[in-house]
Amino acid sequence: MTTVVPDLRWHDVCDLARLLPERGAAALVDGRQVAIFRTHDGGLHAVDNIDPISGAAVLSRGIVGDRGGVPTVASPVYKESFSLLDGRCLDADGVSVTVYAVRITDGRVQIGIP
Amino acid sequence: MNRQLVVIGNGMVGHRLVQALRERDTRREWHVTVLGEETRPAYDRVALSSYVDGTTADELTLPELGVQLHLGDPAVAIDRAARRVRTASGRTLSYDALVLATGSVPFVPPVPGRDLPGCFVYRTLDDLDAITAAAEAAVARPGPGRRSAVVVGGGLLGLEAARALRRLGLSPQVVEIAPRLMPVQVDEGGGALLRRLVESSDLAVRCGVSVTAVAPDRGRLTATLSDGVELDADLVVFSAGIRPADALARAAGLALGERGGVLVDNRCRTSDEDVWAIGEVAALEGRTYGLVAPGYAMAEVVADRLLGGQATMTPAELDMSTQLKMLGVDVASFGDAQAATPGALEVVVDDPVAGTYSKLVVSGPARSDSGELVDGARTLLGGVLVGDASRFASLRPLVGSPLPADPAAMIAPGGVELGADALPDSAQICSCNAVTKGAITSAIAGGAHDVPALKACTRAGTSCGSCVPLLKKVLATEGVEVSKALCEHFGQSRAELFEVVAGTGIRTFSELVDRFGRGRGCDICKPAIASILASLGTGHVHDGEQAALQDTNDHFLANLQRNGTYSVVPRLPGGEVSPAQLITIGEVARDFGLYTKITGGQRIDMFGARVEQLPAIWRRLVDAGFESGHAYGKALRTVKSCVGTTWCRYGVQDSVGLAVALELRYRGLRAPHKFKSGVSGCARECAEARSKDFGIIATEQGWNLYVGGNGGFTPRHAELLASDLDTEQLVTIIDRFLMFYIRTADRLQRTASWIESLEGGLEHLRAVVVEDSLGICADLEAAMEKHVGSYADEWRGVLEDEEKLARFVSFVNAPDTPDATIEVVRERGQPVPLPAPGVRQPTELRLRRPCAVIGAGAPITAHDPAGADR
Ligand code: SRM
Ligand SMILES: Cc1cc2nc3c(=O)[nH]c(=O)nc-3n(C[C@H](O)[C@H](O)[C@H](O)COP(=O)(O)OP(=O)(O)OC[C@H]3O[C@@H](n4cnc5c(N)ncnc54)[C@H](O)[C@@H]3O)c2cc1C
Ligand code: SF4
Ligand code: FES
Repeated sequence: MTTVVPDLRWHDVCDLARLLPERGAAALVDGRQVAIFRTHDGGLHAVDNIDPISGAAVLSRGIVGDRGGVPTVASPVYKESFSLLDGRCLDADGVSVTVYAVRITDGRVQIGIP
Repeated sequence: MNRQLVVIGNGMVGHRLVQALRERDTRREWHVTVLGEETRPAYDRVALSSYVDGTTADELTLPELGVQLHLGDPAVAIDRAARRVRTASGRTLSYDALVLATGSVPFVPPVPGRDLPGCFVYRTLDDLDAITAAAEAAVARPGPGRRSAVVVGGGLLGLEAARALRRLGLSPQVVEIAPRLMPVQVDEGGGALLRRLVESSDLAVRCGVSVTAVAPDRGRLTATLSDGVELDADLVVFSAGIRPADALARAAGLALGERGGVLVDNRCRTSDEDVWAIGEVAALEGRTYGLVAPGYAMAEVVADRLLGGQATMTPAELDMSTQLKMLGVDVASFGDAQAATPGALEVVVDDPVAGTYSKLVVSGPARSDSGELVDGARTLLGGVLVGDASRFASLRPLVGSPLPADPAAMIAPGGVELGADALPDSAQICSCNAVTKGAITSAIAGGAHDVPALKACTRAGTSCGSCVPLLKKVLATEGVEVSKALCEHFGQSRAELFEVVAGTGIRTFSELVDRFGRGRGCDICKPAIASILASLGTGHVHDGEQAALQDTNDHFLANLQRNGTYSVVPRLPGGEVSPAQLITIGEVARDFGLYTKITGGQRIDMFGARVEQLPAIWRRLVDAGFESGHAYGKALRTVKSCVGTTWCRYGVQDSVGLAVALELRYRGLRAPHKFKSGVSGCARECAEARSKDFGIIATEQGWNLYVGGNGGFTPRHAELLASDLDTEQLVTIIDRFLMFYIRTADRLQRTASWIESLEGGLEHLRAVVVEDSLGICADLEAAMEKHVGSYADEWRGVLEDEEKLARFVSFVNAPDTPDATIEVVRERGQPVPLPAPGVRQPTELRLRRPCAVIGAGAPITAHDPAGADR
């Protein structure tokens, strides 16, 4: 699940083994907080760690699942779900989080930032 | 102008009248005075027998109404010409309207010896106090053999009285003059089965004989029967019917019914325009009604009339259906149970092997003048159900309407189950409170979408409770889809999934969702399944795939706060804490910069810990002997205690000792929702046990166990489940109660709403966990033993496992860098998060005080950046 966008700067984060299936991890990338998820089917996703609704930096600690087949994470604060594909909040109109590019290189997880 | 209303009689019906009038008389047209012969405020006589089970007089008392009430001062004369009532104490009260609600007096057959000490009637709380005292004295008397009692009368009340006597430790013998028990309600076939069922519940029965004399016999009594048999007894209780308490009305010259009772028309008006009669004393168009529902309907009619309304009694409100309560024997009778209607037909299904007898009475085929069939034996007139009365709720409201199916099919085992849509709008769903199906459906349309909401807005289901199953059916047919599906991933309810997991041995979410669900789960089903797995004892909650199912609280074993930090709550069993423990908590909080607060659950919460600090905090706490308090889990929270006999001069049992033991026994037990307990050392109840999921109150003899209490959104008092238990019995029943809850409750359903949702409510719960009616108690106990034997502190489990510890980092690539978004300020000397935007700080209130009052003159700012402790 690599999004190819030219001019991304790739930041090395951790070994893939550190990401447990369906359990997120927070990373500090270029001064930003990014929440990284590995889904059951092996997909990798990364979104903002800050929950736009509560303002707390906690999305990496939400429960990963799906809604109608779309992979999601639910904020642990007030439980809104966000699509891991496009960052849209599925429970509040007009709310979304930034989605980041993720790739694996030599068993290492990397986040791409424009 | 204020008009004067005098109500004679402060029983159930008199009380309902005043309540109905108070609700509607918003302009306060009437000034109300109530005279009561009994010395207690009005109480729930229908539930009288629960008094021997430990329900207190206070609990039976009906709500106070804020009117003038003279207790223990009966009316002795009515002067209709002057419109005045005189009381025993010499009061005279003038009235513009007078209501007679004097009820009935027990009928005692004129047998010699009926006034001897040891002879009682069964009608009031005072009667029950006297019976209890006599039974206790008899049981305490030395000498061989079981103490016994004779109950004269085998009707509904006689059977209730017999059960109460058995409960008080006596062997009761029921003597009934008719050839069968409950002769008014039950026919011959039903009576035969009823007798068998009653006898198998440890009551001796003699039918077709009467008591002809009672005589003293060496400190006891002997009752002689019409067949010459003599029965020894310590007590004799007369329960041979009732007579309307109409003496006052008779003396005042009011017209009476042929068989007694104050004659009233369908407006409940007596022969005097200013005098009304309601309840058991009233002879409505000549007939008296010995049940509360018709009395309530009369009360509503009179309340309406007093305010100028035009209400009249309708035949549907004279429902004489009855159900035997409490004996553990199912009996119900409704409508024309004896098939007295000319041409009526009876359809009987009698199954002696299964122990059920059902009869429906339907109208005979009716033909028009031209000989055409106009009613093909279809109109339901009444019925009798013995051994299994589960269809009572759905059949009773059909009385007077055509049956939707063949009568036999409606009572045959596995036959037609009636949907609520078969009922006409006029059908009475709740006969205790005269609520029709139409009233229920409009309440549903108005937004009452569950049983508690319907109870609150229609009163249906709030008295005997037998209509609750039907309320659920009406909800269902009105399209209030009470879907049991957990979420989009599982079509099953939590209870069904519990059975699946327990039965199949599946122990991972992945396997469960593959085989029984769809998709990859969500924040609803994953924690629910995690809880089921934990309740079944599947090791540490972070083991293997389980870790990914836990909600953040369970994942970090701490409570998430609004700024992304966590709170830490060590367990303090029973709220007991030593000075050394207090010091440790203080030092830990100080060293990690945590805010501390005493919780509402008798322990100490430390707030503001960052994820990466949690292991170090817990290392200190675990080393000092603390364990996880599970403040984060859907699990046992606290067992609150009062000091009891340890210190308190009133304590009668060791409440702290029990609270500590219970908290240690159930710690770590995961459930559909959190659950709490409390133990009080005496009836003063300083531990507020009755607001808990299970609460224990000490008695002289042992412990009373209450269940289903709740604070929170919808406060509810816990109800008595069992009384005077020794500690071992107590723990056994709690074990069963909790495991039964864990197996059958819905996700996030506290015990309070779980019990309310159980068909049969508390009685059913008692049958299952006290009397083992489902035969599952051994299983429930074993499950609890397994939990107790496998408990291990979750925090210790994390500290001893590197892999689990590795998850407690702020960032995977910068494990110890604090989250920069967490900012604290100091408030009253302690660190707190920055206020959320738009939240008004209570400290602003302080700012409004004049500075001079505070002291030095410098205004105090809401946030004190210097952080100096004040
Ligand atoms: C800390 C504490 C308030 C305090 O400062 O005193 C508290 C704090 C919270 N309560 Fe509470 N409750 C606390 C005692 C109570 C009590 C009083 C008691 O236990 O005697 C009640 C009413 C009694 C009851 O439960 O019946 C109470 C009724 C609730 C409810 C409503 C439950 C209900 O059935 O209606 C919730 C919401 C829920 O659970 O869904 C709730 C939820 C919460 C949550 C978990 C809300 C949340 O998700 O953040 C809070 C967690 C704070 C934390 O991090 O610890 N809390 N909460 C108390 C912790 C007691 C302890 O030592 O464990
Ligand atoms: C053990 C038991 C179980 C029952 N179970 C059921 C049941 O399951 N279902 C059901 O429908 N019904 C049941 N009943 C019957 C039900 O309790 C009565 O129908 C109901 O209480 C009648 O209400 P009432 O107000 O007419 O009379 P009561 O509740 O008897 O009240 C009359 C009051 O008037 C007082 N009074 C009498 N004379 C005077 C006077 N001169 N001055 C002042 N006060 C006076 C009396 O002391 C009494 O307190 C049961 C009754 C008993 C005893
Ligand atoms: S409940 Fe009773 S024993 Fe406990 S502290 Fe209060 S008065 Fe004392
Ligand atoms: S029928 Fe008794 S409460 Fe409804």
